[in-house]
Amino acid sequence: MDQLIAAVFRAERARVLASTIRVTHGDFELAEEAVQDAFVAAVDAWAAQVPDEPRAWLIGVARNKAIDTIRRRSKLRALVAAAPDAAEGYAPTLPGAVADDRLRLMFTCCHPALAPEAQVALTLRTLGGLTTDEIARAFLTAPATMAQRLVRAKTKIRDAKIPYEVPDASALPARAEAVMAAIYLVFNEGYAASRGDALIRRDLCREAIRLGRLLVELTARDRPELAGPNAEAQGLLALMLLHDARRDTRIDAAGELVLLEDQDRARWDRAQIDEALGLVPAALRHRGDSGPYALQAAIAALHAQAASPGATDWRQIAALYGELYRRQPTAVVALNRAVAVAMADGAAAGLALTDALADELAAYHLWHATRADLLRRLGRSAEAARAYQAALARVGTEPERRFLSRRLAALAEAG
Amino acid sequence: MQYLCLIYDDETKMDAMPDAEKGAFFAEYMKFSADVKASGHMVAGDALQPVATATTVRIRDGKLTTTDGPFAETREQLGGYYLIEAKDLDEAIQIAARIPSARYGSIEVRPVMVFDGP
Repeated sequence: MDQLIAAVFRAERARVLASTIRVTHGDFELAEEAVQDAFVAAVDAWAAQVPDEPRAWLIGVARNKAIDTIRRRSKLRALVAAAPDAAEGYAPTLPGAVADDRLRLMFTCCHPALAPEAQVALTLRTLGGLTTDEIARAFLTAPATMAQRLVRAKTKIRDAKIPYEVPDASALPARAEAVMAAIYLVFNEGYAASRGDALIRRDLCREAIRLGRLLVELTARDRPELAGPNAEAQGLLALMLLHDARRDTRIDAAGELVLLEDQDRARWDRAQIDEALGLVPAALRHRGDSGPYALQAAIAALHAQAASPGATDWRQIAALYGELYRRQPTAVVALNRAVAVAMADGAAAGLALTDALADELAAYHLWHATRADLLRRLGRSAEAARAYQAALARVGTEPERRFLSRRLAALAEAG
Repeated sequence: MQYLCLIYDDETKMDAMPDAEKGAFFAEYMKFSADVKASGHMVAGDALQPVATATTVRIRDGKLTTTDGPFAETREQLGGYYLIEAKDLDEAIQIAARIPSARYGSIEVRPVMVFDGP
């Protein structure tokens, strides 16, 4: 019985919470207490008989407990006999309504009026399966700091009255972008294995993929304004699945960074790649105006489909980076395009594009590393060595530092 | 629910604006005020005299001190406010975004605290 309740708790907590927050008018604390109480009540009640619909049972009990609390608080304040009925206007729970509640919860947790780190923490805590301690460990903060961050976010939701709603059609694209940015932030925190405990980092990637899957599921509804966000959510999910499929080959046994071209492609997670490849066409198709995640997923898909680095369709990748640049005109996207052009049309063409970005990227170690690599391929060893040194002077993480040092040493030996 | 929209502008930038532009900007404010009044969102609103007229008052150890200027030196100064009625933060943000200074300076949106009365 305890095991059953524990399993239901893990599987259903977010849904039950999402549906309860709606009757507490966005009061997260009150809803969390009511959900906790409902699960405690289940321990006794289910010992006699497990209900047919455990989720509906839990939502019913949690909502009633929340409403009781609201009523008691109203009484306490000695309001007039006709206290407002908190449950007023809430229809019995329908399956579609539960899905909507979780989507509402996602939009509220990722409201742009909350700081990005608070959005991430709140999403992981309410929709994800992570405890406050686990989130704190993953982001290398003290548990007390993380707890305080969560409390502050929940207080702001209540006091500034951040709505518990799926935004209307005009605001939806921008708000969906914020949700996706938060999910991708979770993924990158887990993927950029530069700091922290490796196991927890894997958890973050898995959690981000789970949230991405949830967003795809929740936006796959018969509403025209959700079509764009749904396509882009599929792009985000595909992108995360494709990156994550290479997780075991990115770092070698000694903990050293392995470049895409040197990774053992036989060890990539094929099942996961296939799932992602199935998502990419739908992600790209939306009104011919593909979003940045869909485009990045398409690029990652081309890498994943190539049997060897030499067999990669670099021309297509360069074209997709061109398209991405049209949507996101940043110097880093332009640098990625330059690398793809170098592979498709030769190092000289790539170097010309790279050098044109000097003003914007002179402080970025990967700009120097890219130049170094292209100069090396053109046989301009002395210039390449200087560029590697410039990259080393600006690099952030230890594995990257060691990688650049190895390249520099190899250059010296060859020279 | 009431929100106070605090309007922060860079006064030097505003002063440097050509007269025609200043006139258009002022007209925009008149139109915005009329619109929020008509839609029922307006509770109150005022523009403030420049920060050069500000005085900061403090009592420390029972002694009154007055100093010239605002409490904090910042690039943007409080130039006015609207007190609005909105159903939630999203509606308040939408209204705040229509305040002409949102395009030049910034608008701080603060929910008004409500005390539980007896």
